[in-house]
Amino acid sequence: MSEIRLETQGLSRHFGALVAVQGVDFKLGVGARHALIGPNGAGKTTFINLLTGVLPATRGRVLLSGRDISATVQAERVKLGIARTFQINRLFRGLSVLENVCMAVAERVGTAGAMFYPAGRRTDIIDESIQLLQTLKLADAARHRVSELPYGRQRLVELAIAIGLRPEVLLLDEPAAGVPSAESHIILDAIEGLPEHIAVLIIEHDMDVVFRFAKRVTVMVSGAIFAEGTPREIEANPQVREVYLGQAGHAATARAHHG
Amino acid sequence: MRRHRLRWWEALPWIAGLAFYFAFPDYLGFGCDLLVTILFALSLDLALGYAGIITLGHGAFFGVGAYTVGMLASYNIWTEPITGLLLAAAVAGVIGFLSGLVLLRTTGLTLLMLTLCTMTLLYEAANMAAAYTGGFDGLPSLPISPVFGVFEFNPLYADTQYLFALGVILVCFIFVRILVYSPFGQSLTGIRENVLRMHAIGSPVRRRLIVCYTISAALAGVAGGLSAQTTAFVNLAVLGLDRSATVLIVLILGGYGRLYGAFIGAVVYLALEHFLAQIYPAAWQLGLGIVLVLIALFARNGILGLGETLWQRFGPRRAAP
Repeated sequence: MSEIRLETQGLSRHFGALVAVQGVDFKLGVGARHALIGPNGAGKTTFINLLTGVLPATRGRVLLSGRDISATVQAERVKLGIARTFQINRLFRGLSVLENVCMAVAERVGTAGAMFYPAGRRTDIIDESIQLLQTLKLADAARHRVSELPYGRQRLVELAIAIGLRPEVLLLDEPAAGVPSAESHIILDAIEGLPEHIAVLIIEHDMDVVFRFAKRVTVMVSGAIFAEGTPREIEANPQVREVYLGQAGHAATARAHHG
Repeated sequence: MRRHRLRWWEALPWIAGLAFYFAFPDYLGFGCDLLVTILFALSLDLALGYAGIITLGHGAFFGVGAYTVGMLASYNIWTEPITGLLLAAAVAGVIGFLSGLVLLRTTGLTLLMLTLCTMTLLYEAANMAAAYTGGFDGLPSLPISPVFGVFEFNPLYADTQYLFALGVILVCFIFVRILVYSPFGQSLTGIRENVLRMHAIGSPVRRRLIVCYTISAALAGVAGGLSAQTTAFVNLAVLGLDRSATVLIVLILGGYGRLYGAFIGAVVYLALEHFLAQIYPAAWQLGLGIVLVLIALFARNGILGLGETLWQRFGPRRAAP
């Protein structure tokens, strides 16, 4: 693996007696395309929340480019280059698509606290946002309210907001969740079109997506890392099949071969 | 993105305000009440309507502003009206900032109760300091210097007071309007719409809320100061729950998060109060209650929101803004 961008050492999180994440040592390289899979309740989303600082860790450290950010608050971690999307859309539903993206870009550029000129006068921010929407094929919807868009395109707005932060590390929590399969290709195309240097970690249930997208796969079970390897290794690992893929896994891997 | 541009109808409230001055010279005292209520509702709109800060204690800042002007004038320390309002804004702003530091760590019902507590504490403090605040009898006949040293406040005929108040709320309104269309105002809307997302894009959410709350408190302080100046009177009622509840009703009636909701709401509320009290002197609040129930059931976004919906449905067709 090349230079390490994001690393965790013995990362744990307890909720009372429940151990949601347990001693996770994890590395994400520059430009990584890494998938995190595991059964429901394995602690994947909690792990993301620990990486982004939504939750403080009970034990262990998070390092970004070698720097300890375990005590850094969420907003600061964003400034340092960690962006995420949510499993369930968290958008500004009453605002237009363009305003949604501008909000993120303005926060990144650092003008979002300015009080004495109209937001609409920052043409640099608006132009950048429109360009971003164009690369995601969302430009035609720029002036529509988010709540008017079909769900699949709303998921793209999630992605657009995260990309607008120009992250070094991008954490995607089931980006295609809830999207009808006829529309899921637009999400996948967008993810494949991400700039190469970004380290991407994707949580995904859909094995098609995992095998198409990921160069490495980590399997998480009961809060701990169960296995890690290339998609082929994971696929061939009998224990993973047993614990995670189960019977459904056969069908999924079979489809992956065809795809 | 071009929402900040002025539209022709935005001149209407101010034309109406001036027209009122010439058309109803006998009702200018009532007009001053109306203007004060509009400004107070506008200050609440910034906190509640834009940033989504739920408060039932905004009267705290109104009261602080009123007492600042009232006590300074009553003891002849400071009677100049314009700087008096600036002082009221400053004192209310400081109180807003300090209470905001604590309160804005909470949300929802906890926040609601804490804002109420803040106001109650101030009320009791003013009550205990009756020697200085006049207690419930208040501070009557406040001496207020002429505006610009020329235009005298006439206690019997509120013409100067009315024009002064109209000027003050024009200035305050322009300030608020610039603010809500600025990037800062946008980010307040973002906090209201989805606070988790704002955290996730690296926004310093609590700092923004505290700044907003402070500004909102300062504006409420101006409204309170203006109330003391135009009536030449201040008593404990300025810190009462009644006023905070009224301003909330005004904003809900007019439509929150819309700038002009404060105007429509204040006019409708005071008109309702006036006419219902004439028809049913004993039970006029019943009529108000029914109107509120109707608004809550059929027009969640108030009268302005209802107007927007009707306009979108039946108005001229056009492309999305």
